[in-house]
Amino acid sequence: MKFTLSWLKDHLDTTATVDEITDALTDLGLEVEGVHNPAEALKAFTLAKVTHAEQHPDADRLRVCTVKTDEGEKQIVCGAPNAREQITVVLAKPGDYVPGIDVTLSVGNIRGVESHGMMASERELELSDEHDGIIELPSGEVGERFIDWLAQNDPAKVDPVIEIAITPNRPDALGVRGIARDLAARGLGTLKPREVDPVPAAFDAGMTVTIDDDTLDGCPLFCGRVIRGVKNGPSPKWLQDVLRAIGLRPINFLVDVTNFFTYDRNRPLHVFDLAKVQGDLRVHRAQGGEELLALDGKTYTFQPGQMVISDANGAESIAGIMGGDATGCTEETTDVFVESAYWNPVQIAYAGRALKINSDARYRFERGVDPAFTPEGLEHAVRMIVDNAGGEASEMIVAGAVPDTTRAYRLDPARVISLVGMDIPEDTQRATLTALGFELDGDQAYVPSWRPDVTGEADLVEEVARIASLTRLEGKPMPRAKAGVPKPILSPMQKRERAARRTAAALGYNECVTYSFIDQHSAALFGGGDDATMLANPISSEMSHMRPALLPGLLQAAARNQARGYMDLALFELGHVFSGGEPGEQHLMLSGLLVGRSGPKDVHGASRPVDVFDAKADAEAVLAAMGAPAKAQIRRGADEWWHPGRHGVICLGPKKVLGVFGELHPKVLKAMDVKGPAMAFTLWPEEIPMPRKTGATRPALALNDLQAVERDFAFVVDADVAALDLMNAAAGADKALIEDVRVFDEFIGGSLGEGKKSLAITVRLQPKDKTLKEAEIEAVAGKIVEKVQKATGGVLRG
Amino acid sequence: MDDLRDKYLGLISGASDEATLEDLRVQAVGKKGEISLKMRELGKMSPEERQTAGPALNALKAEINSALLAKKAALEDAALDERLRGEWLDVTLPGRARRQGTIHPISQVTEEVTAIFADMGFAVAEGPQIDSDWYNFDALNIPGHHPARAEMDTFYMHRATGDNRPPHVLRTHTSPVQIRTMEKTGAPIRVIAPGRVYRADYDQTHTPMFHQVEGLAIDRDISMANLKWVLEEFVKAYFEVDDVELRFRASHFPFTEPSAEVDIRCSWEEGTLKVGEGDDWLEILGSGMVHPKVLENAGVNPDEWQGFAFGMGIDRIAMLKYGIPDLRAFFDSDLRWLRHYGFAALDVPTLHGGLS
Repeated sequence: MKFTLSWLKDHLDTTATVDEITDALTDLGLEVEGVHNPAEALKAFTLAKVTHAEQHPDADRLRVCTVKTDEGEKQIVCGAPNAREQITVVLAKPGDYVPGIDVTLSVGNIRGVESHGMMASERELELSDEHDGIIELPSGEVGERFIDWLAQNDPAKVDPVIEIAITPNRPDALGVRGIARDLAARGLGTLKPREVDPVPAAFDAGMTVTIDDDTLDGCPLFCGRVIRGVKNGPSPKWLQDVLRAIGLRPINFLVDVTNFFTYDRNRPLHVFDLAKVQGDLRVHRAQGGEELLALDGKTYTFQPGQMVISDANGAESIAGIMGGDATGCTEETTDVFVESAYWNPVQIAYAGRALKINSDARYRFERGVDPAFTPEGLEHAVRMIVDNAGGEASEMIVAGAVPDTTRAYRLDPARVISLVGMDIPEDTQRATLTALGFELDGDQAYVPSWRPDVTGEADLVEEVARIASLTRLEGKPMPRAKAGVPKPILSPMQKRERAARRTAAALGYNECVTYSFIDQHSAALFGGGDDATMLANPISSEMSHMRPALLPGLLQAAARNQARGYMDLALFELGHVFSGGEPGEQHLMLSGLLVGRSGPKDVHGASRPVDVFDAKADAEAVLAAMGAPAKAQIRRGADEWWHPGRHGVICLGPKKVLGVFGELHPKVLKAMDVKGPAMAFTLWPEEIPMPRKTGATRPALALNDLQAVERDFAFVVDADVAALDLMNAAAGADKALIEDVRVFDEFIGGSLGEGKKSLAITVRLQPKDKTLKEAEIEAVAGKIVEKVQKATGGVLRG
Repeated sequence: MDDLRDKYLGLISGASDEATLEDLRVQAVGKKGEISLKMRELGKMSPEERQTAGPALNALKAEINSALLAKKAALEDAALDERLRGEWLDVTLPGRARRQGTIHPISQVTEEVTAIFADMGFAVAEGPQIDSDWYNFDALNIPGHHPARAEMDTFYMHRATGDNRPPHVLRTHTSPVQIRTMEKTGAPIRVIAPGRVYRADYDQTHTPMFHQVEGLAIDRDISMANLKWVLEEFVKAYFEVDDVELRFRASHFPFTEPSAEVDIRCSWEEGTLKVGEGDDWLEILGSGMVHPKVLENAGVNPDEWQGFAFGMGIDRIAMLKYGIPDLRAFFDSDLRWLRHYGFAALDVPTLHGGLS
């Protein structure tokens, strides 16, 4: 919403400066977004008089002028055809910045003649596009500031323009008068009375307006007057000036009048050219399918139920949103019908959204105009038209009635103080509401018709607080709910998340935050991309589906980094993924991705390609940090985006899957444009069982002074035997004595023959009560061999 | 005897390696060594002779033995010195490389914010990112026709044909967590709710996904003045300044009344933000007293309970504090960016150790 200072002063009697006004507006909730003060750019320029002008000795089109200025006579070279003796001009001196040419002047030398400044054209001062010659002023004294001259003779040129943001609850501030009312309530001046002097009715309108019964809820009131004998044409200068100042283009007087009241009083109007209207007007609901060429030059098709104003020819206006082209006013228009109606905000909002029309009228009606002002607004407009463009007006046609918006809420001064936390005396509270147009009757505050947003006691609190100034609000300590050392507040899952994130980073992974939505193709590669997770209105096809997993986002990140030349990557993300489109169909996930080598090439030869066991170790470390049990099973059979032979599912039983690690399928990498191979792991933090709450105490440490014994075994087994099965079998030989089983070597092929491998393990025996004798050790060894053979078919390697 | 002594001490001191030394030991004090043989002759001596020769021979043997030991140690030292002289390394070569991981600024700042509010008694609440339009809009006093709906650039989820429910939305703010928390626990409440939110907008300062943290405090007599204090304390702690001026500006949010936008005093010098000084104001959050209708919608009696809510951008305050220029880069995962703006794994923000 834009307005000029003089426009505001038309409604507000004030001596406040622009700064005082803008500070107050922002504090009141009418946030100032910008102030354009044209005088700022012009304040250096002064008036001067040309006392002598002669031909430049060396250039046909230039003149050498002697100019009388406040600093004595100066010589200025000028190319303007009207540069001549005795004219009063606007002088820019060396050192002045000239906005229209973006130059700071200095003393020039033009073809051998010194020039001490310039005489400006309107375009050079950004006053207009006029550049045929320099400015010639009809009055003014040498040395007078140009902005002072303008303020006297052409004030619109130095009128500051203020732009404010209007929150959706304040339609009243979409009119300059509403803004003035707020400022007056704050004490920045007094609101000027604005009575209308209705134009007397000179004739019978000779037409009717009807509102269909089923449309009265959308259009409770429709007023209009016919004016005959109008002479349309360009608007008076003051009207053109204010419209231009706020960025509107003057069109013709009749249209400009409607725009003026839209901004002056938040009262959108429409003017029909009566010569083009056939018969009576009817406000009704569209059947659906009717078409209308609107004033914006586009044809719209009505949907059933949308409100239309029709004449005998059919639809002529999109009610409350935009008029029709066929009945619009032109310079030739002489007889008009001026419409002032009240439209239901909700219905206008839905119709405007459905038709995708953003007009000033829609913007205002959907936020709510003052219904009670509907007839009065019409009288203001008719008065302005007749006064400026002549003609005679009919009596007012009224269909429907002003809707009753009478309502009152209790003003509870103590509650206001309790909610705001500021001491505002009761009489101040009442005075504030009165100044805003509320009528107080006892503790009941009656809401003015222009404030549709006030619908409860809380709104009264807001009005009082706003006018009292929240800037002045002083903070008051909010004590802790319980005194003393604060209790921890993180949930076990929240702690688990943090532990996982920091462990992954400690393992050398860089945390990424990637978008929750990805393209359908990538989503489909990871089991997603179905319609349930599809956005109805994605911002691009790259962001069309909610992610089913974190790996696609990480792989895209890897591809981008590879494209920049970074080939060795360890990335991870911790976040939610989506299995469906319902609230709650989201799951916490952590994925890590390893691509390239373990590190850069180095003198120690430590750099090597990353492999599955890097991913496994990292997955296990992160799981451990999240409190997962140390003993988990590893099985195969994960989803198809993993390498079929090189992955493991970490689980605590057939259905309790904690994670997957492995190499990613080469096809997936190719589809995602990642140079592989790539290792990864995915963990489901929510799947890890919560530990039973046991308190902080640890079990006592049981130390054993007896020497532990280690024995190595090498077994030959079939190549597809899992090492974990062999280790479990060995460990089961004597659960009391065997403390640990480790694999330390794997050897495939060679002398063992096709399909065989050798696995070497170390078994650690920890005696509890007495030192082991050789025979006892031999007995355990025998049992280990037996168990392993039974479980895996393995035999001791000879 | 003295000849013997001089001979062997001379030979020992001249020995150049352990083998020579061993030979000398055998020659002198070995079983058939010269001194041992002399000692055997003691038996043939008269008692008087033995009286003087015995101790002298023993002393000689002891002296030779200790000379042997000393020489052996000296030779070992010399050998070690010699070996170490050869074991020179170019220690300017790099150590074995270790990958350096990082924590994303969003995670770090979320933990910073949590640490501050936890001290003021706020717990951390969470909620779904896909939510119904009831929780995202209606319950927050934003009915279907409300202009705020259109202004929020909402992402809607696809609806299967035949499913006539209003489409779910990607939450446009963390405010629905307010409703869910009030429904779940009732009053009194003190929570913050950090998380991802979504709006269909993309330029240097807008991404279709970003992060907010919601705050909600409901009790019997919480006022807007308490809100201002809490935010002042937060801003001081977060930006690590002793004092900061906050400006409340009246504004409008459908779910709070009165509503205020909050600015902090700051200065911009050559693109660097300094909080707490200067003449500029920077908008950092929206806030207000929870609207009675919102309390009612969440099953909290507005005649008994009142309180405040606020919402601020995590990405935004991260950019301000750490001088990160472009929001879009947060979600690009450029390794150079992650390394430059990321945080060390063990750099856990705490109030006692500092937040940055």
